[in-house]
Amino acid sequence: MARAVSLRRKSINTAAAWTVALLLFFPILWTLLTSFKPEAQAVASPPRFLDFDWTLKNYRDVEAQRAYFRYFWNSVIIALGSTGLGLAVGIPAAWSMAFVPGRRTRDLLMWMLSTKMMPAVGVLVPIYLIFRDLGLLDSRIGLIIVVMLMNLPIIIWMLYTYFKEIPGEILEAARMDGATLGKEILYVLTPMAMPGIASTLLLNIILAWNEAFWTINLTVAGAAPLTKFITGFSSPQGLFYAKLSAASTMAIAPILILGWFSQKQLVRGLTFGAVK
Amino acid sequence: MGQITLSQVSKRFGDVEVIPPLDLSIEDGEFVVFVGPSGCGKSTLLRLIAGLEDVSGGHIRIDGRDMTGAPPAARGLAMVFQSYALYPHMTVRANITFPLRMAGMDRDERNRRVEAAAEVLNLTAYLDRRPGQLSGGQRQRVAIGRAIVREPAAFLFDEPLSNLDAALRVGMRLEISELHQRLATTMIYVTHDQVEAMTMADKIVVLQAGRIEQVGSPLDLYHRPLNRFVAGFIGSPRMNFIEGPEAARHGAHAIGIRPEHLAISAGGGDWRGTVRVTEHLGSDTFFHVHDTGLAEAITVRATGDGIPGPGDTVWLTPDMDRLHRFDAKGSRI
Repeated sequence: MARAVSLRRKSINTAAAWTVALLLFFPILWTLLTSFKPEAQAVASPPRFLDFDWTLKNYRDVEAQRAYFRYFWNSVIIALGSTGLGLAVGIPAAWSMAFVPGRRTRDLLMWMLSTKMMPAVGVLVPIYLIFRDLGLLDSRIGLIIVVMLMNLPIIIWMLYTYFKEIPGEILEAARMDGATLGKEILYVLTPMAMPGIASTLLLNIILAWNEAFWTINLTVAGAAPLTKFITGFSSPQGLFYAKLSAASTMAIAPILILGWFSQKQLVRGLTFGAVK
Repeated sequence: MGQITLSQVSKRFGDVEVIPPLDLSIEDGEFVVFVGPSGCGKSTLLRLIAGLEDVSGGHIRIDGRDMTGAPPAARGLAMVFQSYALYPHMTVRANITFPLRMAGMDRDERNRRVEAAAEVLNLTAYLDRRPGQLSGGQRQRVAIGRAIVREPAAFLFDEPLSNLDAALRVGMRLEISELHQRLATTMIYVTHDQVEAMTMADKIVVLQAGRIEQVGSPLDLYHRPLNRFVAGFIGSPRMNFIEGPEAARHGAHAIGIRPEHLAISAGGGDWRGTVRVTEHLGSDTFFHVHDTGLAEAITVRATGDGIPGPGDTVWLTPDMDRLHRFDAKGSRI
């Protein structure tokens, strides 16, 4: 009897999991399908699922109109640059908060998190003006800095959580063994926190890759990443859904592949400490 | 060399004074044990000496040099932690050579030292394993190896055996004692286990609430405890304390007599009582005697198989030469 109940439960859970997964995946699937449709069929009503005239024309048009790889490299540079910079700032910051907490450490962490609750558009004008005055508009370095700052609270929070799991005695042992602060972080803390640092890195690359608000608003063409590339195909007139879908597919494909191959690491990192 | 002197060293955490100003001197080559109940400040005192905590007042001198504000690595001390604190991502070899690498020693010398330490500690076969693949005892040996290779002025042990099972603990206790004899380096050892303290120490420092209650050799503490706390803490089973008219008869507020200094007989003696529980250890038997009118229960330790059993009426006779007398404040008279 117990076996029957558990089997039924299992089927229900499986069905529910698949439903949620399909719901989440559907928009991506629809974008992918639309990218292979002729423009007229992309807006057909009722929508066509698989019975349309498959074509690669959209991809050819997209590549002909705009050089994909220039945007792609900007995305790569911004994602990697902001993540690297973020870790360089975040690791020492999380170290100090986890191992030498002060009276205000908790407040500081909460304050950092609270900046994520602020609507980004609220500071668009001041940041735009600062960027204009510093000559950072439409520059990769400017975008690296702003994307890094936007994700820094998450980087520090994640690293802080992982570092908290590392026994302080091991770091004290390193100190007794003559390690300076830098060597302690380099030889002991970082290798031990590697799973956590790796998942922070991966998640941050994904967040930085997908960051659209700042990358669209602070660039024109020179430093524009793939997010800007996509918006270039939405136009106020004419049919553009299929081309837009092709552009979107090209923009998300690299990060989707990265996420697919690193999902084990991501899940392990995100549930670190919760399931031990 | 490894002479350590604490003068007026104190520690406060915020408003809480965990260690009131204290003085202590540890001679070169001594095996000193800090012992006391949980929370007595013994580990904090060790961490102050190590430099892992900053003192709130006073001075720490190591071999005559003031090391009060020096960072841990500059003090020339090695520490073995309760949790072993091995580096989990490094092999045993890398763990042991880590302090040498930090000191910038060349590879040949590092290898020579790690081989020598591994030989002494029976770790040669495990040098390429990681800590996770070792047993508790082996991990402890790696932690000791990491301390030995530095050839420190003194070793600090923070309850190193409390994570081991009973049999292993006795074995490691012997190994550490042998190590001390061979190296003749100063060792400071923190434990809450008075048996470890008694068996290993040249000098025991008994602590309570951050205060030093008594400093002395193990037998000194056993035979001449300065107060009731030390008398009760050193020795197992613990000393029996008797207050009231019987104590007054001996001119004291309280008298203390160790279980092994009481004779038990069915025929006659000084104090009459009833055996409630007997514990047979084989070599000895502990009798818990109630209804004496002196104290809640009196424990007696007798050799051989005890004749009296639960419910029997017995007579107890203390060895008068080994009676301890204390005043109302608990100090020895």
